[in-house]
Amino acid sequence: KRTLATSAPGKFTVSFIEGDGIGPEIATSVKKIFSAADVPVEWEACDVGPIIVNNNTAIPEAAIKSINKNKVALKGPLATPVGKGHRSLNLTLRKTFDLYANLRPAASLKGLKTTYSDIDFVVVRENTEGEYFGVEHDLGDKVEAIKLITQNSSEKVIKFAIDHAKFLGRPKVLVVHKATVQPLTDGLFYQVGKSLEKYQSNVKVEFELLDDYIHNSVKDPKKYHDYVVVAPNLYGDIITDLNSGLSTGSLGMTPSANIGEKVSIFEAVHGSAPDIAGKDLANPSALLFAAVMMLEHLGLNSHADKIKAAALKTIAEGIKTGDLGGKATNSIYTDAIIKNLSA
Amino acid sequence: MLHTPVIKRTLATLPKTYGGRYTVSLIPGDGTGKEITSSVQKIFKSENIPVDFEEVNDLEKAVESVKRNKIGLKGIWETPLTGGSKNIALRKQLDLFAGLSLYKSIPGISVKIPNIDFALIRDNVEGEYSGLEHETVPGVRELLKIVSKSNTERLARFSYDYALKNNRKEVVAIHKANIMKKADGLFKNIIGEIGTKEYPSIVNSAMIVDNASMQAVSKPHQFDIMVATNLYGNILSNIGGALIGSKSLIPGANFGTEYAVFEPGCRHPDVEIAGKNEANPTGLILSSVLMLKHLGLNEYAERINKATYKVISEGKATTKDIGGSATTTQFTEAIIDELKSL
Ligand SMILES: Nc1ncnc2c1ncn2[C@@H]1O[C@H](COP(=O)(O)OP(=O)(O)OP(=O)(O)O)[C@@H](O)[C@H]1O
Ligand SMILES: Nc1ncnc2c1ncn2[C@@H]1O[C@H](COP(=O)(O)OP(=O)(O)OP(=O)(O)O)[C@@H](O)[C@H]1O
Ligand SMILES: [Mg+2]
Ligand SMILES: [Mg+2]
Repeated sequence: KRTLATSAPGKFTVSFIEGDGIGPEIATSVKKIFSAADVPVEWEACDVGPIIVNNNTAIPEAAIKSINKNKVALKGPLATPVGKGHRSLNLTLRKTFDLYANLRPAASLKGLKTTYSDIDFVVVRENTEGEYFGVEHDLGDKVEAIKLITQNSSEKVIKFAIDHAKFLGRPKVLVVHKATVQPLTDGLFYQVGKSLEKYQSNVKVEFELLDDYIHNSVKDPKKYHDYVVVAPNLYGDIITDLNSGLSTGSLGMTPSANIGEKVSIFEAVHGSAPDIAGKDLANPSALLFAAVMMLEHLGLNSHADKIKAAALKTIAEGIKTGDLGGKATNSIYTDAIIKNLSA
Repeated sequence: MLHTPVIKRTLATLPKTYGGRYTVSLIPGDGTGKEITSSVQKIFKSENIPVDFEEVNDLEKAVESVKRNKIGLKGIWETPLTGGSKNIALRKQLDLFAGLSLYKSIPGISVKIPNIDFALIRDNVEGEYSGLEHETVPGVRELLKIVSKSNTERLARFSYDYALKNNRKEVVAIHKANIMKKADGLFKNIIGEIGTKEYPSIVNSAMIVDNASMQAVSKPHQFDIMVATNLYGNILSNIGGALIGSKSLIPGANFGTEYAVFEPGCRHPDVEIAGKNEANPTGLILSSVLMLKHLGLNEYAERINKATYKVISEGKATTKDIGGSATTTQFTEAIIDELKSL
């Protein structure tokens, strides 16, 4: 069912967008760890620009070709200027390849002591429309920003959430919405969820208002352990960062997968972290765990498990980067993971 | 630059007293509203507070009543999934543009992170709550999020005035201007510019809403005053409620230039537990404390505040949501007993 990467005999080729800021540093770590773990993946460097086509932010043809050919890409953070400049490249990529679902698990890690200890969330975020539609009108005293909700995208993403729940063996999907205040737009998202109540017989579809979900997920996170949560774009964005805070307290740990019908792009949730770029301080875990999700997607589960175990062991040994309260540099942490691969 | 915090400029005008007594519109709302408002009424009665409540629960009448009295105390109405929130309608009709809520740890409640103390001020009349939605073709629907200069400017001034008056040091604008460059860009820029130009003694900064949500659950002590668009305010209020220990602990108030309506800062009608005598009225009691301060009845406010904190910290008569087993009535009576011994 899932789209696989093109493979040379015994090898997968994956497009690698290293990204901005800390991107190249954390990309280097992943490459080092993959080669030490003998993962049968060949990287194809991929530069996504940006370029401007017809006044719109676009990515270069060569990058599109590479990703379409390989079907799987790994991506570091791409910086977006705030309040000005080109449209978010992350968004452009999601639109270009119609990556309609964004899958973001967040779980407490054994060996990492954090404020909240029992987090195990799986969230699917709509990835192509909603508040990220990108059309805004400046009307003098006021600005209008359009939020777009379509039946089609809502259906694709909620179906994905239900299928994924089945895949994970989670019995319930929770549709998060704010239909009370946005009865037409979020109302549509809600209704589509309702229409899919019988889509998979062994996955129950439930509904919760955004307010209640947010409150309960912080107050009583265990409540959601057997759910896959699905939400419109912006809510999903906020919920998943919140989940990073709850699970590990750092953005540097949370991976994500952008799923489309033809192509999937795996990425770190965090941004380009310009404040620490070039200082060997970045935590490469989020990108590494994204690469682990990618390996699972490719069916390379034993490599995935081995790398993940080595990283968790390293953290449990107390070798952690600054964002987790540790003292290790990116290189020290990376080398320790490599050592633990064979341990 | 010289700046006097002219509270009148951004805060509701004070109601008149009649023979030293105030009349306050009492709007119970739905769900547990009746139980929590009656808890406040009992406490006020036991203290002989010079406030007479005028109870109304119909939107039209409530608006009229607040227009007359200039001040209200309110629970939350339930909103159907088909829309038509009376809560929003009331705030818009009374032009209560600023929604204030306070997140302060209460000793005695078991929480993950102690000593939290921040305020949240949210837009109450526009943003994602504009109500402007349409279907362009079947299956394709749009909502217009509105951010206006004029409304954001008054929200900014309200926030900085609040900071000055309450001895707070920093205002952080919560936005998503990397994606909604114009709308959230306008919001973020106005909050920053007004701060820099008119309130140089208050630090101003900005933070993206998803990062702010993450920071709120990991390092909440960095926040002093957050000012947010309507929806981001909703999200942060619910995170805040959970951090303090329960959504039912948070005081709140809605201010316009003419009227003020005090209501819980985490706005939940709690329909599931309505009528069970289980509701925690603390959020509304502390909202009524804010109201008494607004009326200048500071001594009463202090007493109720103190008694409520005491009862919670002793933990003998607390409600279920914070781990206790007392009913709404028992909790209320414990506060009244405590008041007698103060
Ligand atoms: N991998 C990481 N390791 C360590 N710290 C990180 C990492 N990623 C993010 N951070 C920290 O988290 C904070 C937020 O950074 P991030 O770059 O995600 O957000 P941002 O400012 O929105 O960037 P962008 O505009 O690229 O999205 C920064 O202080 C950064 O240093
Ligand atoms: N049908 C419902 N089912 C469950 N909870 C509801 C329902 N209707 C309303 N609520 C709760 O009541 C609150 C008040 O609803 P309303 O939509 O009027 O928003 P509000 O008072 O402006 O507050 P906010 O902006 O914080 O959502 C909601 O936020 C939600 O917590
Ligand atoms: Mg985000
Ligand atoms: Mg609400």
